[in-house]
Amino acid sequence: MEPTTPTAKPAFSPAAQAEIKRLLTHYPDERKKSTLLPVLHIAQAEFGGWVSPEVQDLVAETLGLAPIEVYEVSTFYTMFNLKPVGKHVLEICRTGPCMLRGSDELTAHLERITGAKVGQTSPDGHFTLKEVECLAACGFAPVVQVREKYYESLDTEENVQAMLSELKGLVHRPILPWEGNLPNSLQNN
Amino acid sequence: MAKITFDGIEVEVPDGTTILNAARKIGGGVVPPAMCYYTPLKGSGGKCRACLVRVAAGSTKDPRPMPKLVASCITPVQDGMVVENTTSQQVLDVRKGIVEMLLINHPLDCPVCDQAGECDLQNFAFEHGVSTTRYEEERRTFEKIDIGPYIQLHMTRCILCYRCVYTADQLTDARVHGVLGRGDASEIGTYIENTISNDFSGNVIDVCPVGALTDKTFRFKQRVWFTKPVNAHRECSHEKCNGHVTLWYKGKDVLRVTARKDEYGEVKEWICNECRFEKKETADWIIEGPAHIDRSSVIAQNHYELPVINPQVIADLPESTVRELEKNPPLKLGGPNGTSF
Amino acid sequence: MGRKLLTEHVNVEGIETFAVYRKHGGYRAVEKALKMTPEEVVEEVKKSGLRGRGGAGFPTGLKWSFLAKPEGVPRYLVCNADESEPGTFKDRYLMAKLPHLLIEGMIAGSYALGARTSYIYIRGELLYVLRILEKAIAEAYAAGFLGENIQGSGYSLDLHVHPGGGAYICGEETALLESLEGKRGNPRNKPPFPAVQGLYARPTVVNNVESIATVVPILNMGGDEYAKIGVGKSTGTKLFSACGHLNKPGIYELELGVPVEEFIYSDEYCGGIWKGRELKAVVAGGSSVPILPKELILKTAAGEPRLMTYESLSDGGFVTGTMLGSGGFIAMDETTCIVKNTWNFSRFYHHESCGQCSPCREGTGWLEKVLHRLEHGHGSMHDIDLIVSVAKQIEGNTICPLGEAAAWPVAAAVRHFRDEFEWHVTHPKEATQPGAVYRGNLVLA
Repeated sequence: MEPTTPTAKPAFSPAAQAEIKRLLTHYPDERKKSTLLPVLHIAQAEFGGWVSPEVQDLVAETLGLAPIEVYEVSTFYTMFNLKPVGKHVLEICRTGPCMLRGSDELTAHLERITGAKVGQTSPDGHFTLKEVECLAACGFAPVVQVREKYYESLDTEENVQAMLSELKGLVHRPILPWEGNLPNSLQNN
Repeated sequence: MAKITFDGIEVEVPDGTTILNAARKIGGGVVPPAMCYYTPLKGSGGKCRACLVRVAAGSTKDPRPMPKLVASCITPVQDGMVVENTTSQQVLDVRKGIVEMLLINHPLDCPVCDQAGECDLQNFAFEHGVSTTRYEEERRTFEKIDIGPYIQLHMTRCILCYRCVYTADQLTDARVHGVLGRGDASEIGTYIENTISNDFSGNVIDVCPVGALTDKTFRFKQRVWFTKPVNAHRECSHEKCNGHVTLWYKGKDVLRVTARKDEYGEVKEWICNECRFEKKETADWIIEGPAHIDRSSVIAQNHYELPVINPQVIADLPESTVRELEKNPPLKLGGPNGTSF
Repeated sequence: MGRKLLTEHVNVEGIETFAVYRKHGGYRAVEKALKMTPEEVVEEVKKSGLRGRGGAGFPTGLKWSFLAKPEGVPRYLVCNADESEPGTFKDRYLMAKLPHLLIEGMIAGSYALGARTSYIYIRGELLYVLRILEKAIAEAYAAGFLGENIQGSGYSLDLHVHPGGGAYICGEETALLESLEGKRGNPRNKPPFPAVQGLYARPTVVNNVESIATVVPILNMGGDEYAKIGVGKSTGTKLFSACGHLNKPGIYELELGVPVEEFIYSDEYCGGIWKGRELKAVVAGGSSVPILPKELILKTAAGEPRLMTYESLSDGGFVTGTMLGSGGFIAMDETTCIVKNTWNFSRFYHHESCGQCSPCREGTGWLEKVLHRLEHGHGSMHDIDLIVSVAKQIEGNTICPLGEAAAWPVAAAVRHFRDEFEWHVTHPKEATQPGAVYRGNLVLA
């Protein structure tokens, strides 16, 4: 699936709307802005793995915020992709403990396999490579995060291949990060 | 009320006053510089770290020194507090470091910058910095952006004081610009191309400590120190603007209009965009007379002198303290008109 | 083998569910707390000597007693689950394996502080852990341990989990509160402190996951009993995240006081250095604490064996000591390039600086650039002094402790490994060979 660039004004699905409604009950009435980060996560899951300006405007409208309040936040936190991404974003930890156990080599290896450089999407649209800082999994280094799944101990070819083939067999379905009963958003075909 | 000792000078101020404002009550060369704090803007301050001072004694109740230097612009005084600014070598050294940090990514394009002559960073570097740099890396640069017909944003010069953000928050009904990105990639911007078109948006030019937000109607017209400031007013129809301004003349021409500022460069009354950008004829205004620039700056036509201490504070000091200060002045003492005290 | 107070049942099948957790003594601490007055609960925590497990090591009970309690104003307990200090991964483990332990601690803590709504702020990357917690919270509501009138005590509490968005700085408590309010994670100027004006400008306590979880065993065994474990002011047990070049990296719960040497080499713990190599250096408490060479991490400057305690690790100050910090224990073998590692940490802090205050915004980038130069063989001797000087200009002059966190690793690396930095300057060609490492006069390629 190609990343979608919304042309018409985007809208949240009924499930997302219900989830946002639930989240709003967690904070005092006059503090709707508190839901901004969770709602941005929902938006990113709903609209192809990234938040376009139109999607961010939708978030602003939904929460009664000025659009700039959303832009300020979305550009501060690194989890929000501001440009279209591939089907799976491989977030490779590059920080000290992972580096000590081969994250540089892992990155180079993934660049070779996927044909994408860090910051790019592979020609088949499958993988976007993104370097991130410490993912708090230092004892199982090197680590890659794909949506909410951690792939750990990627210092063997076997583990890397297992990750990639698992991902290739998966179809991306935009599932709300907050649906507690689902183990992750990567559902087997 | 709280009594504090600032650089050896005692001053009494209401409870809750910040250290910086207590120092401003004394006046003169003891006042710490402020690059981000701006009295009329709620929430401003604490960011640039230019005003760091040493608290040698926290209060009468707890006379221990504070472990780190504190930002004087946001730290309230306590009765019996003893503060060192110009009398602390540590403070002066740290301040030099702050100048260096603020300058490493600043373009130093003063010769072509409209702010030159009334630039807080220029003054700050001149008064507190060193004249060489140790920075060899590439500087951070951004494209210039026109945000609306009147204002140009030159992000490369920005020191991220957030003043313009607070101004838009507190003066206008819908802020469209803000701080985007993070760390040293932070920038002032609108994210999607947007125009700042509020009636009071021009005030962001006056609050900007550097040449990041400049008046397009004045662009490259004249160096500010060759222009003559004159106070004037007009009947302004805008309900929030009372039309009290400073006109900046070159010969008979009004080159720009700004709000009136005090000796710390702070706007006394905000003005609307109509007064600022569209009334450039003498006939538009009722002239009051030449504006006195209280501020120490090259704008004062090369009379670059340190400001004088408040004579009222001097009058309250014991004579021995005054004699000590005269003998070994951390600051220039002076009478009401800047004459030597 | 020392006592395990937090992770005793971690390997019990189904311990993440309410039923199994309850069967193994879960929620007894809440039942006990609800029969005490809030002040008595605070007193037990004070007596335990528990020190904040997030990194600063500030006594938790004391922090609780600072909370302002104006009449009719809500107050909050916020759990800092924004674990992101490089080398630290204990909270993720604790929450994923024992979600009810944290929830139980949150209930007891909220009761002690008089909070009616509490939040767990978890880093956004840990969405799967957020789900585990939400599920456990729902179970706790169903069992009457959350919501209205908990266990008939008259005390009511709502507990919510809130995700971050990817920002290390949100581990700083005031940045976390800003983030929880839906803003950029810019740390606040202090004063006012969160105890007076925290979340939504209300009195707030922010505690690390492990600190809150530890309240459970403290209440179960009593503060005095808890304080008997450990050495001196380092009471109780603590989770250590062991990583880097160890045979058995992972999470270890230790009674404070285990010798560092035993922790590294004993088969009970990390099992020694991998691939039969020599230990070169250790960062003992998360990336921000000073790195120590092998000789100084195993023994203090006075030749005493160093222990895994707050006091012993900081023995010698920053000249010859370090800090326990968050317990993120990063071991480096003899093939590790200290210059590269320092540059890597510097890049991290540069990347994570919020950009609000000038020394950190500008200084962290400067440090990274000069270290990058040194690592890549383009540095000069002058650059080595420069990074020490820039680090000093940042340290102590920033709004929040990220300034120190960025400065300390650089200063310590030059302090203990200056010859290695100099070698990068004098031998740029050798130093930039892949895998090349300085070892005295020996170049290991």
